[in-house]
Amino acid sequence: MVDVDKLEFGIETFGDIVANEDGSLKSAAESIRQIVHEGELADKYGIDVIGVGEHHRPDYSVSSPETVLATIAGKTNNIKLATAVTVLSSDDPVRVYERFATLDGLSNGRAQVMLGRGSFTESFPLFGYDLTDYDDLFNEKLKLYDLLRTEKPVTWSGKFRASLENQEVYPKTEHGELETYIGIGGSPESIIRAARFGYKVIIAIIGGQADRFKPYINLYHEAAKRLEMPEFPVAVHSHGFIADDEDEAIEVAYKNIKANFDRIGLTRGWAPMSREQFDEETKVGSFYVGNPEKVAQRMARTIDLLGLGRFDLVYGAGNQTAAQRERMIELYATKVIPRVKEILREKEASK
Amino acid sequence: MMDIKRVGILGAGKVGIVLADLALRAGYEVRISGSGSVEKIDLTIKTLVPGAIASENSDVVANSDIIILAIPLSRYKNIDPELLSGKLVIDAMNYWWETDGIREEVLNPESTSSEQVQDYFKNSTIVKTFNHMGYHNLQEEAHPEGDPKRKALFVTGDNKEAVDEVAKFVNTMGFDQVIHYNIADGIMTEPGSPLFGASLRLNELRRVIDNFDHTEFGRKIAASKKNA
Repeated sequence: MVDVDKLEFGIETFGDIVANEDGSLKSAAESIRQIVHEGELADKYGIDVIGVGEHHRPDYSVSSPETVLATIAGKTNNIKLATAVTVLSSDDPVRVYERFATLDGLSNGRAQVMLGRGSFTESFPLFGYDLTDYDDLFNEKLKLYDLLRTEKPVTWSGKFRASLENQEVYPKTEHGELETYIGIGGSPESIIRAARFGYKVIIAIIGGQADRFKPYINLYHEAAKRLEMPEFPVAVHSHGFIADDEDEAIEVAYKNIKANFDRIGLTRGWAPMSREQFDEETKVGSFYVGNPEKVAQRMARTIDLLGLGRFDLVYGAGNQTAAQRERMIELYATKVIPRVKEILREKEASK
Repeated sequence: MMDIKRVGILGAGKVGIVLADLALRAGYEVRISGSGSVEKIDLTIKTLVPGAIASENSDVVANSDIIILAIPLSRYKNIDPELLSGKLVIDAMNYWWETDGIREEVLNPESTSSEQVQDYFKNSTIVKTFNHMGYHNLQEEAHPEGDPKRKALFVTGDNKEAVDEVAKFVNTMGFDQVIHYNIADGIMTEPGSPLFGASLRLNELRRVIDNFDHTEFGRKIAASKKNA
């Protein structure tokens, strides 16, 4: 059952390059400053979390999300500051801990770690890792991160990093713990691993019907029970775009999400997105696109169906203008979120 | 023609689970194995595909009429070729650099992945299918024969009888088929091809395949063959 009072709503950006009104593109620097501004807006409107992705590619502006989040921290009061995700496999867990502990201090306890194997792999050659170690890297680094998270002296050894002998890592956080999620693409092994570590789970639902994840969410809860680990309500993130007008929302989203998908497909070898595919995703799949009422209805359905504790909408995919992005955030906060809560309350009352 | 009643799946990842689900829905007895012990996948199978039997590779192979390879392509040599000897085997794998690593380290660049799989499992009959549609499309878009929304899969292999048998099996799993009798044509479903990731109806799939030589990817393949 969904606890509407505790339900959280986030926005996430992967740091796509922002477009000017004439269609030309802003610089990466301007795009980064736009994200900071959007973080302020999201905080002003009462959105619970902002997540910033990590990419090492020309089409995205953020490779160092904690730096961006630190700036947002200084300009906001309530919003939680998350990554989406931190590619732990190609990072150093000690540095990850240090950066987040620092962000946590700066933001008065609002830092949130989201760890993942990363769906993009540019960071592997960049930092000297071998893709064939994809699984081993994540497993090993997660184990070290887990020790660091206790904030006690750490003794550790592994394959991919120098050993630690009774080392303390600083700064310690004020509240003794960093809130940590594991970002999951939906492999059963990843779900069970998250349960084994006792971490919160955020599932990336980026294509197809959300319904098919219901068994996976059951798997998380079953695994947590079997392993006698804590269970948390599951979070999901999906792409979306909201505009006042339904047709405008669909056209802007189609143009930008398709461009984004096709551009990534060029390097990953998948075929371009068809209009039919896009329409299917916005009707019954995992793109939350439309006017506020339409998006609220679809989000409420997913939250209810999957029994979620948090929904993050990934915004700004492709090269949207600053005005489109800002209006979307405003509509999400002022129209969609309250309406989703209303729909869910009605649903609970009628049960 | 054999009568397929029992389906064995090697690989309990996303694709293996989806195919197990489709096979159960189609009324087959389904056995599935993962890379580790049975205990490791037991909870996953019980929760995600209740009714499928989680088992070891050897048990899966011994008790199935058809075997589906649904493991990362970079790991097919972890399976003893003798184990699959004499079996009808579906190659549902594809090269995917993000899980398999650098292509040259996984595959001989001179030939297609399915040819290499067939060469390795030399006493088995390999048919390639279930490998160009995304796994969530496979799960959501299986429909009974005649349904206007039905999608199609490419089926290819060198052994005509085996290909026809697999095509019949694909039909029962909820998809139309475009059939070729040449395992090297499996190249058409590899990353970079217009088929890769494509979820198309029969006519559309046939059109893409018939026009393959005129696509940029197809021309590249043709050029590399000429140079070889």
